[in-house]
Amino acid sequence: MTFEDTLPYLVAVGRCVFAVVFVMQILPLLIWAERKGAAYIQDRPGPNRAHVFGIRAAGLVHTLNDVVKLIMKEDIVPSHVEKRYWAAAPVIAMSVALCTWVVVPFGDNFMGYQLKVSDIDGGVLFVLAATSIGVYGVMLAGWASNNKFSLLGGLRASAQMVSYELSMGLSAVVVFLMAGSVSLSTIAEMQAGPIWNWVVFTPMGLLAFVLFWTAAFAETNRTPFDLPEGEAELVGGYHTEYSSLRFALFFMAEYANMIVASSVTATLFFGGYNVPFVTPAMLREHADWVLMAAAGAAPLFLVFAVLAWKRQSRPFYQALPAGDARLKEPKVFVGVWVGAALAHLAIGAAGAMGVASKLSLNFATFGFLENTAIFGPDLVTAVVQVTVLAAKVLFGCWFFIWVRWTVPRFRYDQLMDLGWKRMLPLALANVLAAGIWVAFFPNGLLATLGLK
Amino acid sequence: MFEAVLFYLFSLVAMVSGVGVVTMRNPIASALSLVVCFFFLAADYVLMDAHFVAVIQILVYAGAIMVLFVFVIMLLNLRDGDHLTFNDIGRRSVVGMGTAGLLAIGLFTAIGQLPVLVPAAIDLDPAGPAYGTIAYIGTAMFEGKFLLPFETVSALLTVAVVGAVVLAKKEI
Repeated sequence: MTFEDTLPYLVAVGRCVFAVVFVMQILPLLIWAERKGAAYIQDRPGPNRAHVFGIRAAGLVHTLNDVVKLIMKEDIVPSHVEKRYWAAAPVIAMSVALCTWVVVPFGDNFMGYQLKVSDIDGGVLFVLAATSIGVYGVMLAGWASNNKFSLLGGLRASAQMVSYELSMGLSAVVVFLMAGSVSLSTIAEMQAGPIWNWVVFTPMGLLAFVLFWTAAFAETNRTPFDLPEGEAELVGGYHTEYSSLRFALFFMAEYANMIVASSVTATLFFGGYNVPFVTPAMLREHADWVLMAAAGAAPLFLVFAVLAWKRQSRPFYQALPAGDARLKEPKVFVGVWVGAALAHLAIGAAGAMGVASKLSLNFATFGFLENTAIFGPDLVTAVVQVTVLAAKVLFGCWFFIWVRWTVPRFRYDQLMDLGWKRMLPLALANVLAAGIWVAFFPNGLLATLGLK
Repeated sequence: MFEAVLFYLFSLVAMVSGVGVVTMRNPIASALSLVVCFFFLAADYVLMDAHFVAVIQILVYAGAIMVLFVFVIMLLNLRDGDHLTFNDIGRRSVVGMGTAGLLAIGLFTAIGQLPVLVPAAIDLDPAGPAYGTIAYIGTAMFEGKFLLPFETVSALLTVAVVGAVVLAKKEI
């Protein structure tokens, strides 16, 4: 087989690897953000003890310790569980959480290949279908544990997820109506350009977003809807009987679900991978300028370097005995930030050279690829788009954390009331309103009024 | 060739798990093999270019209806062979097989007539690239001759839901 023959397979593998890596890289960061965020909201320092050669990285090392701990712990299988189903439950939970992500585009295209794992015709419907399968992980865990607390947790989870799926699906329907498609790529393309093209800036889109986002909290079993694991009533809920890596799978599935929910919400309502006011075509045309603009971030990193340097004068560092490993921590960070600043300056210089030489980043030396002329601009565009999507996803995830440490848990009847009596009628009315809106303003309000 | 192999593989798993639904003693195991059956049926639909039907199969049957089934089984906390002994199953199997056989004959007859019915009713090209996509089904449903049956069915479902609520709740 020649290189050209194997390329499609390589691309398929590359897409899958990227999609999994994207989620798995944000995951430990989220666990750290959850702990630090909780600490920040509760006015305490949070994790700050674990270190590697004196480098504590603001508590990030704790996450590393966590992983090692969860892997090394004894895997206890209680004698009273239904072994097969009990073992399958965490696997279902985690694999479904990773699968859901496959239809989310993380860029428009790179060298003619779509930047998403799979172009399923179902689009968002696939996301909804996969989420509904995720219920089985939680339900099976609750039932197979043969423990009344676990069973109650599993029952709560399934009832709650089934109830909120309806509002979630109906809110997504509003976006389908506006985009005329269920494909997340089409929905993201529709929102390119000015920021008011985002679905969230239409009346129906805003309501749909609020409903979708609330339902997402219930679907991911996060506070204020975390009744399935309500520790005050149910010990640990459905994962009471799990330890070691099996517990870790449930733990990671929760965060993976947050990432998936944030990325689907970002794509449906907040323009997905699009930079506000900048279309992908503009990014491609002015890839050199984008690189030069990256140099603009260099002073920011230098500010961080100065702040890291100034930490040395804090009483904490002054009180440390000479030779303590933590003394070199600020210096290491100064190095990291200065390195980041220099890297950004180098990227900017590459862009400036591209502008000066009118090469337009041809990268013609990569002779093994067809269409070498678009390799450079496509690479720049892809990197920018993935970064923008990641920024939106991280903000969404931070919102999850923010709410968790701010809002208390709902009572179960309040949860059901909200889902069935408030959100479902609102979502139905919203679909109707969106249908009328699309029928009267098929090209959008601005175009109909002659403003665009 | 590769697709045909996959198709028969998926069909085999679907059939084995379908048999599992009636042979498993544990109610949860039985319900879960039905879920597996639905999954592999959906995979077969995808191989037949019926993407929309495949996604809806997972969304509605595996994701909603079966979740409710499993939910009820858990709520009643049924365990292995709580309600049936092997003798019960043995005696009833003759009647069951007879009913299943009649149903199979009925289904095969109906399916045998399908190719005559469908192309006449749908004006779209069944061999086109859009076949089986959401746009295709939507057009057939709302611009073709199926608008009235479709809306009638949805009205019927609403009536059924309201009826179920009225029957289940003594006081409204």
